[in-house]
Amino acid sequence: MSTTHDTRAHADHGHHKQSFVQRWLMSTNHKDIGTLYITMAFIGACVGGTLSMIMRQQLMYPHNDWVTNGNTWNAIITAHGLLMIFWFVMPALIGGMGNWFVPLMLGAPDMAFPRLNNMSFWFLACGFVFVMLGLFMGTGTGAGWTLYPPLDNAQYSPGMATDFSLFSLHLAGISSLLGAINFIATILNMRAPGMTMHKMPLFCWSILVTAFLLVLAIPVLAGAVTMLIMDRNFGTSFFEPSGGGDPVLFQHLFWFFGHPEVYIMILPAFGIISHVVSTFSKKPVFGYLGMAYAMVIIGFVGFVVWAHHMFVSAIGTDSKIYFEVATLVIAVPTGIKVFSWIATMWGGSIEFKTPMLWAMGFIFLFVLGGATGIVLANAALDQELHNDYFLIAHFHYVLSMGAAFGIFAGFYYWIGKMTGHQYPEFWGKVHFWSFFIGVNLTFFPQHFLGLAGMPRRYPDYADAYAGWNYVSSVGSMISGLSTLVFFYVLYRVFTGKDKLADNYWGEGATTLEWAVPSPAPQHTFLDVPVIR
Amino acid sequence: MSGTVHTATDQIKAEVPHPYHLVDPSIWPLLGAVAAMTTFAGIILAAHLHFYYLLGAGLIFDGTIMYVWWRDVVREARTPGMHQIVTQVGLRYGMALFISSEVMFFVSFFWNYFNYFFYPDKMGTAFAAVWPPQGITTIDPFAIPLFNTMVLLLSGTTVTWAHHCLLENDQKNLVRGLGITVILGLMFLCGQAWEYTHSPFPFYHGGIFASSFFIATGFHGLHVIIGTIFLIVCYFRAKSGQFSPERHFGFEAAAWYWHFVDVVWLFLFVCIYFLGRSAIVAG
Repeated sequence: MSTTHDTRAHADHGHHKQSFVQRWLMSTNHKDIGTLYITMAFIGACVGGTLSMIMRQQLMYPHNDWVTNGNTWNAIITAHGLLMIFWFVMPALIGGMGNWFVPLMLGAPDMAFPRLNNMSFWFLACGFVFVMLGLFMGTGTGAGWTLYPPLDNAQYSPGMATDFSLFSLHLAGISSLLGAINFIATILNMRAPGMTMHKMPLFCWSILVTAFLLVLAIPVLAGAVTMLIMDRNFGTSFFEPSGGGDPVLFQHLFWFFGHPEVYIMILPAFGIISHVVSTFSKKPVFGYLGMAYAMVIIGFVGFVVWAHHMFVSAIGTDSKIYFEVATLVIAVPTGIKVFSWIATMWGGSIEFKTPMLWAMGFIFLFVLGGATGIVLANAALDQELHNDYFLIAHFHYVLSMGAAFGIFAGFYYWIGKMTGHQYPEFWGKVHFWSFFIGVNLTFFPQHFLGLAGMPRRYPDYADAYAGWNYVSSVGSMISGLSTLVFFYVLYRVFTGKDKLADNYWGEGATTLEWAVPSPAPQHTFLDVPVIR
Repeated sequence: MSGTVHTATDQIKAEVPHPYHLVDPSIWPLLGAVAAMTTFAGIILAAHLHFYYLLGAGLIFDGTIMYVWWRDVVREARTPGMHQIVTQVGLRYGMALFISSEVMFFVSFFWNYFNYFFYPDKMGTAFAAVWPPQGITTIDPFAIPLFNTMVLLLSGTTVTWAHHCLLENDQKNLVRGLGITVILGLMFLCGQAWEYTHSPFPFYHGGIFASSFFIATGFHGLHVIIGTIFLIVCYFRAKSGQFSPERHFGFEAAAWYWHFVDVVWLFLFVCIYFLGRSAIVAG
């Protein structure tokens, strides 16, 4: 192996030094663009997370006066949702880790379209400017991240803020679409010789399925958002009943995008978890093909269940029966994934390093969120629970614990490969346990609040709900403190002096990113590996 | 991921030089995204403040970036060794996926249309549950729309003729075929412009029928404009002899795009103009 090492090192020396502008503003390098995406995700998470802390402060006591203006409250919940989805989870998982590790795992020197890759990032950065304008201009965008009309029509949301938020979705959407095309072309076309689809690492499979969902779902959102913008500004009546329009149509179009979107956020995390569980159990993933095709099936079925988000929107009983049953079907491929992760651990020599803790936390909490998902899939139960905190608890269990735990698992797993410095194990574990306690304390009581009938999206509540709201707010403060621990971890990583081996996880880590040095040099696999 | 493999390096049995095209750093992506942002901000300012200069500047900015970026792509494609077979295949994947996403974009507008076409009661109790809505006189499908259908179908044949000429290395007729296709595209646009200016129903506050009609046909018209520009670029590239029977993906992409625009029109013609016509039509 030493000879191949030398050729790689040589290629690296031959690379001339780039200026700051060339490297970061004009990048055509998948690793640098991945770093830009991760930075974007960090900013998005900080802003979106701060907004959630403000919300929990307001809800800590009944009749609190942190956010007294209802419009401001609505603007905060809207921006929190948009930021966490489009500027935290998606750039972290797809743009960030996808960019960094898909080419590395495939043994490819870069993405298929490097300039397009860079434009995807800058579209997202421009979208961030717009979503912040939507938050701060005038009274802000108060329609919620789902942007239902009539909440966001010209009558109830006059002013430019809502238009900026709508166009921010266009910008983020173009970003995701171009990125998705790039990932599919890369994965289908640039695998190393000998790496058949059925030998491809599961993270690449997860990004491939995610990218197909993006290509097919994002344009429908773009159409819906375009119609909203036309209704607001150019005298059409797509969703205006006075002109014969149908507001429920927007919900159909939105959720035809929105349901695949939840898999877009979680599938890449599935991919990361497979790698982490396999590495720290020192066993190949159990049922590799089943794991890959379970994601494909989740992707397919994810397109035909959208109206379970609309059980309280006057859809017919027959539709409800269909969408309920179709939704429950998704539990089957999801079960394949969960049981395969457990079977991967079974009999393995498990090492409880920080990434493994996040992965096991992911499995535990995602299953909990999935269980409440099965509750909510029942149209009759959803009638009661849809607009209260039970639903908030459900989707935060799958996202702020599922997707976010997946992101942290990937971060701790790969940060050494990205920076060349290992995270401090002790503080990583402190981060995990404090975050685990914090988010559970925040969101588990919200099940009780929801079952007791506390409605969502209000800045205040009846005195009877005070107790569990207090617990929930304390939990959010613990999560906030835990994030400070994470900042300290970052500080330690970036000031680290240690040198890492190529494969610092040892025999459990078998994908190609572990065959290149840590940190991965600017250019890798200029000589393409031929796979056994 | 399976078998007895234990570390990453065990899986590599040899290394070969990569056949891909690694692109030099470029400022166009950043400027292109800023151009799009400028255009969108321009639309908002135009709608709210009737301030049109930012929109105009944004559109010029967009066009400029597209020109310089694609100029770079064409130069790279013509530089020997840069676009090897695998890169050409990648571009095919990219274009096919882009057209797939465009199809889904039109799905949203057809979904909107069929929502009322099949369920006219969704217009609400203030309207009679019939489609097209009462009081709407639609455009006669067998006047300009049928003419435009024929024009687009003919343009599909002329672009295919050009393609076959190219495969036979008949450069003269390739240019001729492309030129005729461009003229047919422009004819279609003229027909649509006449139809829009003589429409029996207004766009602004024209109700759900007008909204559905204009957004679907309007975005189709925009795509005809884009496709025509794409063909015009190919026309000039063909004239300067840039396409060979073996290497002409730029032409193929334009042809794919043109056929996609054509197919969307057939659906528009059948579903909106023909099936959605009123008892008495105008035109």
